[in-house]
Amino acid sequence: MLLNFYKHDKAAAFLMVSIGFIALFVPLCNLILPAESALHFSAYSVSLIGKYLTFALLGLSLDLVWGYCGILALGHGAFFALGGYAMGMYLMRQIGNRGVYGNPLLPDFMVFLNWRELPWYWYGFDQFWFAALMVLLVPGLLAFVFGWLAFRSRVTGVYLSIITQALTYALLLAFFRNEMGFGGNNGLTDFKEILGFNIQSEAVRAYLLMASGMVLIMAFLVSRWVMDSKLGRVVTAIRDQEMRVRFLGYRVELFKLWIFVFAAMLAGIAGALYVPQVGIINPSEFSPLNSLEIVIWVAIGGRGTLYGAIVGAVLVNYAKTLLTGWAPEIWLFFLGATFILATVFLPDGLFGFWQCRLKGQKS
Amino acid sequence: MSELALKAGEVDTSHGPILYMEGVSVSFDGFKALNNLSLYIDAGELRCLIGPNGAGKTTLMDVITGKTRPDTGSVFFGQTIDLLQMDEPAIAQAGICRKFQKPSVFDMLSVFENLELALATHKGVWPTLFAKLSSVHRERIEQVLETIGLTEHRHHLAGILSHGQKQWLEIGMLLMQEPKVMLVDEPVAGMTHQEVERTAQLLLSLQGERSIIVVEHDMEFVRSIAQHRVTVLHEGSVLTEGTMDEVQNDPRVKQVYLGD
Repeated sequence: MLLNFYKHDKAAAFLMVSIGFIALFVPLCNLILPAESALHFSAYSVSLIGKYLTFALLGLSLDLVWGYCGILALGHGAFFALGGYAMGMYLMRQIGNRGVYGNPLLPDFMVFLNWRELPWYWYGFDQFWFAALMVLLVPGLLAFVFGWLAFRSRVTGVYLSIITQALTYALLLAFFRNEMGFGGNNGLTDFKEILGFNIQSEAVRAYLLMASGMVLIMAFLVSRWVMDSKLGRVVTAIRDQEMRVRFLGYRVELFKLWIFVFAAMLAGIAGALYVPQVGIINPSEFSPLNSLEIVIWVAIGGRGTLYGAIVGAVLVNYAKTLLTGWAPEIWLFFLGATFILATVFLPDGLFGFWQCRLKGQKS
Repeated sequence: MSELALKAGEVDTSHGPILYMEGVSVSFDGFKALNNLSLYIDAGELRCLIGPNGAGKTTLMDVITGKTRPDTGSVFFGQTIDLLQMDEPAIAQAGICRKFQKPSVFDMLSVFENLELALATHKGVWPTLFAKLSSVHRERIEQVLETIGLTEHRHHLAGILSHGQKQWLEIGMLLMQEPKVMLVDEPVAGMTHQEVERTAQLLLSLQGERSIIVVEHDMEFVRSIAQHRVTVLHEGSVLTEGTMDEVQNDPRVKQVYLGD
C-alpha cells in the first residue's frame, strides 16, 4: 500500500517523509545537541512543532468531511476538545496527592468546590487504556448521534453548518459550568505525569512530538486508503450529486455518518495529543471561532487533497505564532483577509494552485 | 397463477404487468400534480409518456422511485412488492432505476468509475469500503461501455464529456444496476440530430430484457421509438393510450398537446 501510493503520488510521499523527518530530527536535536548548537531546538520549539502536528491532524480530519464529502462542519473543534478533555481527565487523575490540596482522589477544583466524591463519569480515567478508549469513543459517539439525526432528516448545506456550530457553542456553555465537573472556566491543568513520566521534562515533550508525527502519518495513510477505496468514490459522488447516489441504491445517510464519525475520532486523537503538549484544556477550545479556523486552514491548503489540509494547518498556525507575538491585535484581521484572498484567488487552495501550475508547465 | 414458487425478492410478473399504479393522487399546496392516475406497464415493454408541461410526468417518476409519497393510491412492482413501503435506495436495489432530466453523472470521477459505482453489488458501507472489482464485474463494465459507445473515453473525467455523452453515460449507469424497469426522463433534450438518432437506437436495443418508460417532449423522437403503446398525460391523469398514430389522431390530444 505504502509503496503503491509513493509511486503515483509524489507530493504526498514527499510530505510524509518530511513529517517523519521532522518528527525524528527535531526531538533528537533537542535531546542530544547542546543548547549552544545552531541546530538545537528549544523545549518551546519542540512543544510548538508538536502542537502544529496535532493541528495538522485536525485539519486532515475536517478535510475528510468537508473536502471529500462536502459537509461544511463548523463545529469540528468540538470533537478535538472532547478528545482533549478525555486525555486531560487522565492527566488530572495522575496528579494524585500532589495537588495543592493533597487529596489523593479528587482533583483540586473539586476539593475547592467542596465536592465529597468523584463523579461517576470520572471513574476509569486513572487508567491510560480507558482514557485512550474514551478519546475515540466520546467524540465518535457524539458524532454518531448528531450525524444520525441530521443526515437521516436530510439536513444539508448551510443549515447543517449552523447546527454544527450551535453544537460546539452549546458544549462551550456547558463546559463553562462548574456543576459539570470538568473544572469550569479554568478547565484541567497543572498536569504532572503521563504514563509515569514527568510531563514537563524535555524528553517527554520530545516523545510527544514524535508520537504526534507518527500518528499524523498513520492517519494520513489510513485516510488515503479509505479515499482510494470504493467508499471514497461514493463519498466524493455524494458531494457532487447526492440524489444520483441515492438513486443508485446507496444509503447516503450511512455513508455520511461513517465518514463523519471516522473524522470525529481522528479529531479526538488530535485533541488528546494536543493537551499534554500545551499543558491545559479549557472550554475555550469549544469556541466556534476555533472551528472556523480549522475551515480556514483547509481552505488555504486546498480541499479534498488530504495533504493540503496538513500544509494549510501548519502554515496558518506558523503565521499565527509569528503575528500574535509581533502584533497580536492584527491577527484576526490578517486571518480574515487571508481567507478572503484565498477564496477569491486560490479557490482550490495552495495545492490546487500548485497543481494548476504543474499542468500548465507540462502543456 | 404461476406454478413455480417465487424466490424471495423476485418480481412476480405472472399477470403481465411489472408496474401497477392505481388511483394515485399527489397534490402540492392544493395543486393536483397527479389526479387519480392509473397506469400499467408490461414486463419488457418500451412505453413512451407524453404530455404538455405540468401534466405530471416527472411527479409520476418521483412517485415510482420513492422521492414523492402519494396522498392516495397504490403502486406495486410486480404482484407483490409494495413500492410505497420502500425508500429510494431500496427501490433502486429492487431494480427500478431512473435517469434524471438533467444529466446527473459524477463529474470528478472517470467514466469507468461512474459505472463502477452503479454496479449491482452490495451497497452497504462496509462492503463498499472493502470492495474489490472482480473480473466478471470488470467485463460487465467494458460491455456497458461498448453499448453506450464510450469505450475510448473510459479514463476521462465524466465532467469533460459532451452533453450527449453524459446522457449516455447515465443510461449506462442504469444498465450497470441490472434494472427490471428503467425510467428515462427526457433523454434527448439538448442533443444534436445525430445524437438523437443514436439515443433512439440505444433505447430500442435495450427493450425486451427490461421495461423502459421514456418521458419525452420531442415528438419526432417519440415516433421513432414508440412501437407499441404511447400514453398521453394531461392534468395529472391518463388522457388516452394507444399507438402513436391513434394518439396523434385523437382530437382530445390534438387539443391539449399537439395544438393542431
